Amino acid sequence: MAGWRTHQGQAIALPLENVDTDQLIPARFMSIPRSAGYGDHLLHDLRRGPDGAQNPQFPLNRWPGASVLIARRNFGCGSSREAAVYALVDAGFQVVIAPSFGDIFAGNSVNNGLLPAQVDEERVETLIAAAPAEVTVDLAAGTVTLGEQTVAFALTEAARTKLINGWDDIDLTRAEAEAIAAFRNRRLGAHPWAWPRAQG
Amino acid sequence: MKHPKTLLDKLWTAHEIRRRADGASLLWVDRHLVHEGSHHGFAKLAARGLRVAEPDLTFAVVDHYAPVRDRSHIADPDIARMIRTLEDNAAAHGLRLFGLRDPAQGIVHVLGPEQGLTLPGLLMVCGDSHTSTHGALGALAFGIGATEVAHVLATQTVWQVKPRSMRITVEGRLAPGVSAKDIALNWISRLGTDGARGHAVEYAGRTIRDLTVEGRLTLCNLSIEGGARFGMVAPDAVVMDYLQDRPYAPVGAERDRALEDWGRLITDADAVFDREARFDAADIAPTVTWGTSPEQALPIGATLPDPDRLPAGKAGAARAALDYMGLSPGRPIAGTPVDQVFLGSCTNARIEDLRMAAAVLAGRRARVPGLVSPGSALVRAQAEQEGLDRVFTEAGLEWAQAGCSLCVGMNGETVAPGKRCASSTNRNFRGRQGRGARTHLMSPMMVAAAAVTGELTDARDLLKGRM
Ligand code: SF4
Repeated sequence: MAGWRTHQGQAIALPLENVDTDQLIPARFMSIPRSAGYGDHLLHDLRRGPDGAQNPQFPLNRWPGASVLIARRNFGCGSSREAAVYALVDAGFQVVIAPSFGDIFAGNSVNNGLLPAQVDEERVETLIAAAPAEVTVDLAAGTVTLGEQTVAFALTEAARTKLINGWDDIDLTRAEAEAIAAFRNRRLGAHPWAWPRAQG
Repeated sequence: MKHPKTLLDKLWTAHEIRRRADGASLLWVDRHLVHEGSHHGFAKLAARGLRVAEPDLTFAVVDHYAPVRDRSHIADPDIARMIRTLEDNAAAHGLRLFGLRDPAQGIVHVLGPEQGLTLPGLLMVCGDSHTSTHGALGALAFGIGATEVAHVLATQTVWQVKPRSMRITVEGRLAPGVSAKDIALNWISRLGTDGARGHAVEYAGRTIRDLTVEGRLTLCNLSIEGGARFGMVAPDAVVMDYLQDRPYAPVGAERDRALEDWGRLITDADAVFDREARFDAADIAPTVTWGTSPEQALPIGATLPDPDRLPAGKAGAARAALDYMGLSPGRPIAGTPVDQVFLGSCTNARIEDLRMAAAVLAGRRARVPGLVSPGSALVRAQAEQEGLDRVFTEAGLEWAQAGCSLCVGMNGETVAPGKRCASSTNRNFRGRQGRGARTHLMSPMMVAAAAVTGELTDARDLLKGRM
């Protein structure tokens, strides 16, 4: 995963709250391998009628080149399916702005280079009113600039460093192999019951 | 004097290998549960040519795509492939697989506690948001995404920033006909689906201590619907008894040592939580959802909200939800006709859930069709021993096998567009049970009552003289 510091692109509004992961990608698409691309399935049932035809008024269909999505509270609540993030990333999104995010969704986003930018509810409303618009997102400064407005977003330090560095956790953790092995052996010695009883 | 600690503090410290300057902790994972949906994680592992680090701590379960009717032949090639991929990955890495034909097969969050894989004091992860369920036994358990699944497979560890702590205290006695599901829907409707976001919830108080392990599992299961990735209850004698003689649980001298360790897993008297919420059991009535988010829930005696009278922030979402659900504002919730019922899922398909539903259904006929899918093959066997299966089938409901089934609609079972389902599951999201499906979440007793009358009904009326 490549790290990044700033992003410029078009922001569009999806003025809904509780956009859950079942809406972001319905379960029936989850058996597809990632290599097939998930972008087309993003918000599938909201974007398309029962006959599969796209609703031209839906923001994603009206502005297909957008890379920043602005939504209302509790975006990405629901399941742990990382496919919800794959769908956003494969559809070209790099930033989602909302007053709050599902915890697991936010973690999954950061693991895929997608920024979950948490912005005050009031500010989000002003951004929604101003969209669609060109925006600049500065990860290190923690700001989103849209026209005249610059607003701050919240992000944990751990998420920020990871997005900027494009860290791959498995590589980082494998460097800790000795500490992990020592911990394991200490735990096994002190709490042997923590290992599942062998089945005879 | 030592600094008083919460249960969360104790569990976290016991698993922390180290903490980075940016606040992320590297945590040791005692149990990793995988299912068909973990295929992305295995694919990431294979792409790097890595092996599962601790196959003895990794358990594979077929549940999300498991057929619950005929298992002899799976017609849909995608479903067959999802199950085969898990079987292949389990075989390739030497993992214990609870496959379709295993006598202990079941939904991962039912199977874990039942097998004694879930224990107090363990750190458990699974690529599924309802992993919070296992906290009911005093474990630190949370759902993870596919990148994290690959990481756990490769290293048996996970990076996490410690959540804030929150205590939900419930005092008093639940009335007959009211159960753990109602406690959960009640607090989520009051605090919102992001009410506990960023927090680990510890449930405490008399009402919680009076719950069986099954009830606690239901409550912790639903924590994620209130935004909390973690839910937990301090383990007590009820849990210790429950774990006796479970296949993977410790025995003999190891059990003695375990009991000693588990006894310390309580929040110290003066420990301070980042947040506290209190509820009185006497205020909790059988609760049902009316909308498309678990927070859109009300007591069965209430009337549907009128969006015109809601604050501006809530009105739009309520209007859209009522529209999707095909409901009119201001009408009583009770009496809403349903097309079908579903009794199942990791929330409410344990033996106690089936018993409660059967108490309502015994000697009665269902007016609408419905599926009863026990949480595991062992629950199914137990229910048959108790004759519960006959109560369901004599009522006209279908007695199926164990799996996620209609909770998520991955195994081919779905609710048809526009149809209304009274469901013991945990998510009423748009399209969760199938595109256009209308889901009302409620307890097993309420599902049974809806089956009997063909409409949303107060189960207490049908339980008179029975409980
Ligand atoms: S029963 Fe439903 S909520 Fe539980 S693990 Fe299966 S799909 Fe997830």
